[in-house]
Formats: sequence, C-alpha cells, structure tokens
Amino acid sequence: MSELSKDSQYKWRYGFFLGCVIPNRYPMIERSIRDVFDELGAELLDLPGASCCPAPGVFRAFHIPTWLVLAARNIVIGEELGVSTITGCNGCYGTLRDAWYDLEHNPEEKKKVNEYLAKVGRKYTGKYEPKHIVQGLYLDMGLDYVKDFIKYKFTDLKVGVHYGCHIVKPSDKRPWHGQYENPQFLDELVEITGAKSIPYKDKFMCCGAGGAVRTAVKEVAADFTREKLMNMRDAGVDIIINCCPFCHLQLDLGQVEVNNFYKDIIGEPFKIPVIYITQLLGVAMGMDPNRLGLVKNHELSGVSPFIPIEPFLDIVKEQI
Amino acid sequence: MSDNVEKYIKRKTYKGTSDEISDKFVDAGLEKIRACINCGTCTGSCPSGRRTALRTRSVIRKALAGDETVLEDIDIWLCSTCYYCYERCPRDIPVTDMIIKLRNIAVEEGQILDNHLVLADDIFYKTCHGVPANQPDQQKWRDLRESYGLPALPPTVHSYPEAVEQCHELMEMTGFRKLLDHAREVKKREKEEQEKQEEDKKDE
Repeated sequence: MSELSKDSQYKWRYGFFLGCVIPNRYPMIERSIRDVFDELGAELLDLPGASCCPAPGVFRAFHIPTWLVLAARNIVIGEELGVSTITGCNGCYGTLRDAWYDLEHNPEEKKKVNEYLAKVGRKYTGKYEPKHIVQGLYLDMGLDYVKDFIKYKFTDLKVGVHYGCHIVKPSDKRPWHGQYENPQFLDELVEITGAKSIPYKDKFMCCGAGGAVRTAVKEVAADFTREKLMNMRDAGVDIIINCCPFCHLQLDLGQVEVNNFYKDIIGEPFKIPVIYITQLLGVAMGMDPNRLGLVKNHELSGVSPFIPIEPFLDIVKEQI
Repeated sequence: MSDNVEKYIKRKTYKGTSDEISDKFVDAGLEKIRACINCGTCTGSCPSGRRTALRTRSVIRKALAGDETVLEDIDIWLCSTCYYCYERCPRDIPVTDMIIKLRNIAVEEGQILDNHLVLADDIFYKTCHGVPANQPDQQKWRDLRESYGLPALPPTVHSYPEAVEQCHELMEMTGFRKLLDHAREVKKREKEEQEKQEEDKKDE
C-alpha cells in the first residue's frame, strides 16, 4: 500500500490528518489543502476514525498519558495505510510530532502505549514521521518544484506572515535544523507567488490562542492578538498569511474580539483579511478560487471567515 | 565534605518547604528542574507575562520549593505554550513541559477551571473532537462544509461511532474518565462548602 506504483499519477502519498478546527470551523482550508496537494501531485488519503490530535496545550495539560495514547492511535491509523500523517494545523503537528518523538526516545513509554493499543487491536511502530503540510511543500516537494506550478504572480501584495509556534518549536523535535528564532521557510513559500513578506515587530510572537489560554480567558488571548495586529498594521500589510487553523481562527474571529474588547486603545477597528497558505499558493497556481474556498456559496450567518476576505479577492482580480 | 556542600549543593529542597512537587517532576523524567538557577530568561521571553501576572521564574521556583499555591493559581493556565522559555533556557530545562506537567498535577488534585472541565468532559470526552460539528446546534458548520463541496461530517470520529468507542476504551484504561469524575466531585464539594459558608454568613 505504501509504495506508489510507477504508473501512479501521484508522486507523494500522505494520510491527511484533519484535526478539529480545519474540518469543523474552517472547511475552506480543508478544501484548499486537498485541491492544492492534488494539483501538486500529492495524494491525500483519509484517516478513517481519527480523533482530536489531542490538542497539545490543553488536553496534554490535563493528562499526559491520555494525550500520548490517543496521539499514538492517530499516528497508527496512518501506519496501517503505510503513510506519514500530514496535517495543516500547528497544534495537531505539535501533538503528533512531539508524541512520535517522545515515543521514539522512550522505549518504556512506547511499550506502555502499545499495551493499551493492543487491547483495542492496534499496534504503534513509529515507522512514519508525522508531517505538516508546509513541511510537505518545503522539504518533501521543495521550493523549486512548487515554483514550477506558479502561473501568475502578484505584483504588489504586502503580506504579514504568521508562523505560529508549534511549527517551529520545540525545535529539537522539529525538522528545521534547530532554527526557531528567525525561520524563513514560510516567507519563501509566500514569496514564490510574487507577494512580499513584510517584516514587522515581534513577528514570531504567539497569536495567543494556544495552551488552553483562549478557553481560560478570552481577553488575554485577544490581547496577544491585539499586539500582533497593531504591529502588522504599522508595517502596512494587506493580508495575513498563516499555516495553522487555530492561529487563523484567533487572527480572524479574534480580530472581531479585539475590535470589541480593546476598541478604546486600537483606534480604527481592524479588518485585515486572513488567508491560509494553500489558498494563496492556489490562486497563484491559477486554480479556481471556488476550489480554494475563497468564494462564498452560501447564505449562512455566524460562520467563518469573520473578517471579510473581499479586499484580497479584489487584489487577486487586479493582479492575477 | 564541608558543611557548605551538604547545605547548599546537595540539598534537594529549600529550607522550610517540602519536596512533594519537585519529586513528581523527577518521577516524570523532568528532573532537570533542579538545575534552575532562577535567572529569569523564561520570564523575559514570555509573551503572556507581558500582559498577565504569569512569572514563569516564580512558577518554577514555587514548584521546586513544593509551594502548592502554584497549583491553585490561574497563572499556570495563562501560558500559551509558545515554547520560547523552553528554547532559551540557558540550563536546558524544558520549561514549557514543566508547566504542562504542573497542570497535570493540578488537575489530579481537582484544580481545573470550569471552562476547561466543560471542554474536557462535555466536548472532548463526549465527541473525541476538541471542536466538534456533529452536535444538534451545529447545523451551520455542517452546511458550511457542504457549501465547499465537502461531506457534512469529516471522515473522522464524527463518521465512525466505533472509533469514538475505541477512544473511550483507551481513556478508561489511562484513567482519564476517573480523573474527570474526580475533578467534578472536588468542584461539587467546593461549591457546597462555599454555599454553606455564605449561608452561615447570612445567619450571623
């Protein structure tokens, strides 16, 4: 199953680990990942019955052994299909990658986890490294490969790139060679579209949502976001690009919250469109904005995105 | 061996405190906490501490000193787990992991915020998603999925009831169910005590 046959139309195969926020709150991100990866020649298999990763800052904080065994179970669903799991979420990446790393470095824990899993008829080996879609794009495919698919380039698009935390940290458990203070890989991916990544103050600061903070005190999470948004606005960004749906939610829905909680100190309300990396890549690859979840085909209210993305679509229309 | 070695270097606990909490770190393989010299690099790198009362250095110091008030304080729940303290610690202490472990100890004692207990039990345990879309009042999210040409529910636990059962079996084995029940009991007891105190006050 794991080996791609020679006549396969695909060059790569992964188990698409959806997590929670992407499928259940930002399905447009799921749409764009599925379609961009397909276009790039990467097959995404479903992972039937996958659960919450479980979230690294909140559910791990309640009970580490439960976090570890459920994370292992999710990795096993990929193993049974003979593939690495790949996720579009920094939180899921944090959990799957940390759990995999910890189990690879702790045979006793691995044994214990397998005792639990054996009782439900599953076995963890750790054979396949969990990945992030940005890791797939940047390390598996490579910039030059992805670049060849770019058909149209932006001529004037200023981007505030937001990495989020768990795609780079903890750096000893990540594939970026210990680089965590000033990574470049996401900026490089953004810039192959002709867009410009604009430096801004404290660019690598957390969005504020993670680690159970958003659930604990929403105002504290929003205060992180306020600082980020002010720094981005000062730098003159047109849009925000990110690679994590929880950051995406915090920068999108959180923008509405910042406009509400902190209206007395922010001046003008914020309305910066928040776009996921595969949505940006997809338009530059000439894909139909419908396939990228950029077009609204519904009359639903109270659903994402909460900050209108029309200004971005206007730029796309003008420049692409 | 001089008295000083005995007194300052070999000591495991601070004078007048217990080693109860720091011993739990040792059990969890996080014995590096004893290398903490309280330099404050963690606090200086902390984006949460810039806006809250969280002082990572004090949290670690209290944990090391066995000061149990650290478990009751909301501070440990205001860490967004950004991992800057972990990366920058000059003594290579996995600081963020320490905070996560401290939260585990707090939850074990039944110290968990109401919001977190609802999230852990009524959402995560029940659905096996941290953010579900299959509840009766979540039709709009299913509709939103369909508007992008996706099935109403994703191919996760949401589409496989037997997978939910399997997760429940695992959570039973690890003691997670028991942990949540215990936390509920502690909360109930605390609430009753509080109500009783208020009643007593009224009577006075």
